[in-house]
Amino acid sequence: MIRTRVIPCLLLKGQGLVKTVNFSNPKYIGDPINVVKIFNDKEVHELVFLDITASTENRAPGLDYISDIASECFMPLGYGGGIRTVKQAEDIFSRGVEKIIINSCAVENPSFIHELADLFGRQSIVVSIDVKKNFFGNYQTFTYSGKTKTARDPVTWAQEAERLGAGELFLNSIDRDGTMKGYDIPLIKSVSESVSIPVVACGGAGTVEDLARAIHEGGASAVAAGSMFIYYGKHRAVLINFPDDEELKSSGLH
Amino acid sequence: MIIIIDYGMGNLGSLANMLKKIHLPAKISSDLEDIESAEKLILPGVGSFDHGMQKLQELNLIEILNKKVIRDKTSILGICLGMQLFTKTSEEGSKPGLGWVDANTVKFNVGKDPSFKIPHMGWDTLDIKKTHFLMQNTDSNAMYYFVHSFHVVCNRSDDVLSTSHYGYHFVSSLAKDNITGVQFHPEKSHKYGMKLLENFCNHE
Repeated sequence: MIRTRVIPCLLLKGQGLVKTVNFSNPKYIGDPINVVKIFNDKEVHELVFLDITASTENRAPGLDYISDIASECFMPLGYGGGIRTVKQAEDIFSRGVEKIIINSCAVENPSFIHELADLFGRQSIVVSIDVKKNFFGNYQTFTYSGKTKTARDPVTWAQEAERLGAGELFLNSIDRDGTMKGYDIPLIKSVSESVSIPVVACGGAGTVEDLARAIHEGGASAVAAGSMFIYYGKHRAVLINFPDDEELKSSGLH
Repeated sequence: MIIIIDYGMGNLGSLANMLKKIHLPAKISSDLEDIESAEKLILPGVGSFDHGMQKLQELNLIEILNKKVIRDKTSILGICLGMQLFTKTSEEGSKPGLGWVDANTVKFNVGKDPSFKIPHMGWDTLDIKKTHFLMQNTDSNAMYYFVHSFHVVCNRSDDVLSTSHYGYHFVSSLAKDNITGVQFHPEKSHKYGMKLLENFCNHE
């Protein structure tokens, strides 16, 4: 029986690894290559890298940098940030990345999803959806690292992305990002119930129990987290960590 | 020299990265002479069955592969789509496969149960069915990374090297003489994948 995927989600800004809170105040964490090596040793299930300033700075993905990361990464690797052309996607795949993650460009030009899925196969195309609750408690989709509000409702956008060929959705809660107070379960539930492709929940995980809740109550297929795997203790000291099999199993994550 | 066959189907970078990490010299190539002189072959692949066969055809690789694998008995490892191309047919397309193994490729049929999303994507274990060098000294808890919507059905149970379970048991690796194939991605399966690739590359 398949294992629930637990995925560290690492944020890049320039050449460094950072961590945000509510998509703001990026704090420097360290060198990404070192962190990849540690996650290799810990046998994490998958890794996701998101370059959080590529789109906002209208910058193309840094291929040499991606190569350096991929050549040390012996688990599935997803990369997102600044991908706007088929050529960029092709170059990223050729460096040894399995999945490319698109967000801002997909919202502006939804047929890009279809174009990529057609060429590279659905399973390798992930659409990431960044969501924030507004004053009235309604969910809204944001692009450009949470800076631009769109008119899209996360559920209908998720369905459209699936129809266009997305193989997976990466659902990020801006409100929960970096808080370590638990996932937004109603959000995860509303999206995962409305599509048949896997939904990866991200934003807010602080404990292994949080991960389990996103799966069992939210219906997510996989869970991603940043702070939880980067910080240790209440003072948030930087310490790369990952739960071992026993911890995951004791919380009902098999 | 180990030749990783480059026929434009998916991610060869990961495989090259891992072989480099474990110090196994390999070359990515679609050159007929390279393939002719290869000691071992790896046929990777991500993408659709027909597209894969068409690419092999366009690059004139089918004839040389038949000669190397069937006549010269050169060891070959198929990965994911690469293994599926060893079969006779696929429900994913209409082109005939290489037909080296008495097997067919079919779509996952897990019914309407929403807990079984397709593709089968993630880490899974193997139930090893026979003793084989490919699985030598592997950990019984070893996990491997899968991502696929189609799987192989072997008509001869002797050819099945392992099965895995997703809704039902399916063939997760096969071995017939010099021909071996794995549905999962050893190049993305940490030390377990490294071990398997070492076993393949170092076998005399």
